[in-house]
Amino acid sequence: MARKFLSGNEAFAEGIRLARPEVISAYPITPQTIVVERLSEMVEDGSLNSEFIHVESEHSALSCAMGASAVGARAFTATSSQGLLYMAECLVYASGGRFPIVMMNANRSTALPWNIYGDQRDSLALLDSGWIQAYAENAQEALDLALMSYYIAENKNVSTPFMANLDGFVLTHTYEAVDVPEQDAADKFLPPFETENKLDLSKPKNMAFSAGPASNYIFKYKEHLGLLNAAAVINEAEEKFYKIFGRKYPGLIEKYLTDDAEYILITLGSISGLVKDVTDELREKGGKVGMIRIRYMRPFPNKEIAETVKNAKAAAVLEKDISFGNEGTVFTNVNSALKKSGVNIPVSDHIGGLGGQDISRADIENIFKNMKKGLSDVNFIGIGGDRP
Amino acid sequence: MNALSKDEFFYGHKACAGCGGSLAVRIALKALGERSIAVLPAGCMSAVGFNFPQLCFGNNAIISTFAGTASMLTGIRAGLKAKGIEDVQTVGFAGDGGTADIGLQALSGAIDRNDDILYICYDNEAYMNTGIQKSSLTPFGAKTTTTPAGKNIHGNMRPKKNMFEIAAAHGIPYAATASVGYINDFISKVKKASGIKGTKYIHVIAPCPTGWGISTDETVEIAKEAVDCGTWYLAEFENGEFRLNFRPKEFSDIGEYLKKQSRFRHLTDEDIKIIENSRNAKWEFIDNNFKK
Repeated sequence: MARKFLSGNEAFAEGIRLARPEVISAYPITPQTIVVERLSEMVEDGSLNSEFIHVESEHSALSCAMGASAVGARAFTATSSQGLLYMAECLVYASGGRFPIVMMNANRSTALPWNIYGDQRDSLALLDSGWIQAYAENAQEALDLALMSYYIAENKNVSTPFMANLDGFVLTHTYEAVDVPEQDAADKFLPPFETENKLDLSKPKNMAFSAGPASNYIFKYKEHLGLLNAAAVINEAEEKFYKIFGRKYPGLIEKYLTDDAEYILITLGSISGLVKDVTDELREKGGKVGMIRIRYMRPFPNKEIAETVKNAKAAAVLEKDISFGNEGTVFTNVNSALKKSGVNIPVSDHIGGLGGQDISRADIENIFKNMKKGLSDVNFIGIGGDRP
Repeated sequence: MNALSKDEFFYGHKACAGCGGSLAVRIALKALGERSIAVLPAGCMSAVGFNFPQLCFGNNAIISTFAGTASMLTGIRAGLKAKGIEDVQTVGFAGDGGTADIGLQALSGAIDRNDDILYICYDNEAYMNTGIQKSSLTPFGAKTTTTPAGKNIHGNMRPKKNMFEIAAAHGIPYAATASVGYINDFISKVKKASGIKGTKYIHVIAPCPTGWGISTDETVEIAKEAVDCGTWYLAEFENGEFRLNFRPKEFSDIGEYLKKQSRFRHLTDEDIKIIENSRNAKWEFIDNNFKK
């Protein structure tokens, strides 16, 4: 195992190299571009044996990946923000077609106003597109997710595309020391892609067909089951990963000091690092605080979240997202999880980091402070409540 | 007469009687054979051919997104190459809207990369599947449901986009025009294209009785007449050169050709003169620039 100093993007590209994708469709967009640049270098220097396709748009990037997957080839692409939205049609097409493509998304704000910095409105706007959605906290996790993503997506009970999200700039462009596994070990972890969901010259098939009202709902139900099945396969992947690489991952959510916590902040992505720091500081002062980091938004960790916060006095959600006219999407999902499990505690929503807005230690301390007041409001960091 | 496989690869579908598009697809697949993977975007042929559980392709076939015919072909080709699978024809069948409008970006990208694919545009000159709306390949004067013919505007006021020369301008290895009215010429071109490495583009006129306003038994005849009266032509682009395959000794009456179709029936003599002039200008260009 080599230890390298890598950015989030570079770490993810290393993980993809180890996963041996057979087809890569590449289109640039800030802050994702470095991923496809690194992959093109790997193809050039022979460390990666892939068909590297310079497509003409993000729509084509995913359409091309679907074509490759439809003949049984492992496919990868990457995008961000406007690019993700531009390929939205292909997202639902890929999930409906059960093509286990992996895509990295560098989380970035969506226009207008134009902004290249990180928030999670791009991927969360496509939460309902039928993709597995994972959110990495750091570069090491990004690399490991890249490798695990194919294991999960390609499982025949899952057969669902996988979107790995890295916060734009904050994670994609910051450097950390990262353990890069050897190819032998990666091969031991990830078997070659085998599927029956492909065109077959010895037994021709018609794929991606129409299904009318009499059968359409059955296909959609099966798609739903595929995503639900991913939860168990994520655990299986992480166990196998631990055995081979010695790094442990905690499933759909990461719990941080939640066992006896009275106040729990629920968040996702790279901001979790700072939340952990603030949690530590408040703990030192005697505060009974903890954090949940949502690692997977789909399949959604309903039970895991409810189980973790059920004995807390209050909880809050911190998210880089807003569903205009309502509240943050993560908040909606968390509230639904609590309601279904009969957990009735005050939960507030805190919208921050939009378009790269800085979220400070003080902001996080304030959220913990406000939790104690038992507010159930939607709050914008830097502005306040959402009702003037 | 070209020897064609007796095997049928596109049958049992729900296309309208007299459909020129389904004829083009059926004949092309016979020419290409069973080791063909066909990509069809959302449109007429996918709507009539892929209704689960009635799936009408005897070869491998897949529906792409509307804009994604060429990009999905690219992915299939790349996947086959990665898998070491050879001796396969990857062929796209897209309509005029799927090619010249929404799919043009992806087609241009595929030609630019010189992906080893055959792209066949079956041109029925409007969005027929959704009920006859104008596309950029709808000819001047045609009445569609979005270019109505009234006192003020006489149908579509823009000429047909020149897809053949657009494809050629990329420096494509092979491009051709064809018509289901000259089916042997079409078959020869499909077969020729299947033997050429790189991107191939064939643009075949395929009348739609419903959209053109002709009888269902007039499809082939009217497709032939389009060539005979000179509004369409049979040509190839290869090795950087245009070549005309067929020049009518004398053009048949363009007014007669137009008046047979209800989509043109509203045209005035002046409108017909505009069409005739534009035909003459085109043929002057052909005579000056295409080899014979």
